[in-house]
Amino acid sequence: MAEYKGVMVFCEATEGKLAAIATELLGCGRKLADDLGQELSAVLVGSGISGLAQEAIAFGADKAYVVDDTLLQDYQTDSYVSVMEKVVKQVIPQILLLGQTSIGRDLAPRLAFRLNTAASMGCLELAIDPESKLLLQTKPVYGGNAQAVFICESYPQIATVRAKAMAPLERDESRQGEVITVDAGLDPSAIRTKVLEKVPEEVAGIRLEDAEVVVSGGRGIGSAEGFEQLEELARMLKGAVGATRPPCDNDWVPAGAQVGLTGKIIAPELYIAVALSGSSQHMSGCSGSKTIVAINKDPEANIFREARFGVVGDWKKALPAFAEKVKELLAG
Amino acid sequence: MNMIVCIKQVTDPEAPPASFKIDPSSNKVVPPQGVSPVIDPYAEYAVEAALRIKDALGGKITAISLGTNQLRDIVKKPLAMGADELILLEDEFFDEGDSWSTAYALAMSIKKLADYDIVFCGREASDWNAGQVGSGIAELLGLPSVTLAKKIDITDGKARVERVTDEGYEVIEVSLPALITVSNELGEPRYPTIKGIMGAKKKEAVIWKPADIGVEVSQIGAAGRHTKLLKLFQPVREGKCEIVEGESPEEAAVNLALKLREAKIL
Repeated sequence: MAEYKGVMVFCEATEGKLAAIATELLGCGRKLADDLGQELSAVLVGSGISGLAQEAIAFGADKAYVVDDTLLQDYQTDSYVSVMEKVVKQVIPQILLLGQTSIGRDLAPRLAFRLNTAASMGCLELAIDPESKLLLQTKPVYGGNAQAVFICESYPQIATVRAKAMAPLERDESRQGEVITVDAGLDPSAIRTKVLEKVPEEVAGIRLEDAEVVVSGGRGIGSAEGFEQLEELARMLKGAVGATRPPCDNDWVPAGAQVGLTGKIIAPELYIAVALSGSSQHMSGCSGSKTIVAINKDPEANIFREARFGVVGDWKKALPAFAEKVKELLAG
Repeated sequence: MNMIVCIKQVTDPEAPPASFKIDPSSNKVVPPQGVSPVIDPYAEYAVEAALRIKDALGGKITAISLGTNQLRDIVKKPLAMGADELILLEDEFFDEGDSWSTAYALAMSIKKLADYDIVFCGREASDWNAGQVGSGIAELLGLPSVTLAKKIDITDGKARVERVTDEGYEVIEVSLPALITVSNELGEPRYPTIKGIMGAKKKEAVIWKPADIGVEVSQIGAAGRHTKLLKLFQPVREGKCEIVEGESPEEAAVNLALKLREAKIL
C-alpha cells in the first residue's frame, strides 16, 4: 500500500486570481510541510485556471496540480468531490487543507466521507504534534464559548481553516516548482445539480471583509436610523459597517453586515464596537481585529473584556462627540 | 413530499457566556444550572424549511433525533411546530459520537424509512459546530446534496435552492431525492401553536435501538469515531481594557478619539 505523505492545499480562485484564503493556506501548509520534512502541493480546480499554478508556487507550493475543465467552471458538489477524490488518490497526501468558505464547507465534509476519513471544520490553529506527527486541529466550538483540539485517526487528515487565521508567505516569483496537469475525467451525467444563477450581494462602498476600519453596532442601536450614524463614522474612516445578529434580524442593516460565527469573519486594524455586549458568538467573528474599541453603557458588558480602549456611556451621546472629534483630527 | 428532518438536543447556546463551564478532567461541558436544553437552533431552521414545503404542497415530515437523556418536552418541539412523526435513536451506544458515527447512524435510519424526497439538516449544530453530518449522510446514502440553503422551492419534481455563498447567493437546481442543509438566512422558525403543543403531548416518539437500524455497535457512538478530542478549553481573555474617563459621555468620547490618535490607531 502506498504511503500517505505530504501536505496538500485546495486553492480557490476569485476573479482570475488566487483567493486570499488560498495564499493563507499555502503559508500555513508550508510550515506544516517543513515541520514534517515533506512536500507542499497545491491543487487548482476550475476552468481557465492553469495560469495560477505558478502563483501557488510563488506563495510556497513545491508542486501544483491543475485540473482545468469547462465542466468545472462553477463549483458543484458532485464534480469537485469527484475531481478531488481523484487527485488525493493520485498524490496520497497525509494532510489536506481547505478554506472555511462556502466552497470548502461543502467540499471538505463530503470528500472526507468519500475517502473514509474525517475533517475538522473552521480551524484557527494547526500544528504537528512532535511525538505522534499527527495534525493538531484547534477550532472554536459551542459558538465560540470554547475551543477544542482534535486529531483525526485516519488519513488524509482534512481540515478547513478560517479566513485570516493564518498568514501568507511573501510572494516570491523566483521560487521553483513543478506543475502537473490532471485530467478531470468527469461524466457530465454524474453531476446532479445545476447552477441556474449567481446573485452577488450588493455592497455600497468597501466590503466588510476588506475594510481596515469597521464600525459595528448591536441591539442597543435600536433602529435603522441609529445605524446611519455608524455609517457616517465608517465613511469618515474609509471603513465599513458591521453588526451583531439582532440588527440584521430586525432589518436595520442588511444580513450581509452580520459579524460572528453565523456571519462574516473579519480582522480589521480597528474595530469600533458600539452598543453591543460582545457575546462569544459575535466575538468569534472579530476577535482577530488588531484593536477593539468599545462604547457601551453597561460597564459589566463582555465587550470590555475584549477591548483595548473603552468608553462607558450612552452611545447616543458618545458617538456624535467621538465622530466630531475624529473629523477634526483627520482634517488637522 | 415526504421529508425527513434531523434534529438534536443541545445546551442552550443563548445561555449567558458566564454560565458556560467545562470540566477539564472529562473534557466535557458542564450543563448550566437552571438552563433547560433546547432543540439546536440550526435544526429548527431545517424543521421550518420542511414545514414551508408542507404548507405549500402537503406531505409528511418525520423528525429524527439521536442522543441520550433526550427530554420529551424538548425533542417533541418539531411535532408541536407541525411535523408528523418523531423517531429517537436513543441508546447509550449512540452516545459520544463524532460527525462520522452520528451521520452513519442517521443514514442507516433514513435508509430504513426508505420513502423520502428530501432530507433536511441544519447547516451545523450549535454545540460542536462541525457542519459535516448533513454532507456525510448524503455521501453515505449516495444522495445529491445542497448545503447552506436559505430558500427552497419545489418545481417539476426538482428543488430550486438558494444557497448562501461568500459573495451573495446562488440558485441551484437539484434532482430529488436530495439532502439539503439549512442556514439561518432562511428566516425565523415559527412558534408552536397551543394546538400543536397539545397534539405533540399526545404523540409518542418511536424509539430505535442499534439493532432496529441494522448497525453494529462498533460503527456508532464513541466506538465509531474517526476523530479524537484531545482537549476542550475556554480561551483566556486578556481583559486589559483601558476605560477612557470624562465628566460626561461626550467628553469621554472626545478623550477616546485623542487617545486613539496618540496611539497612532487613527
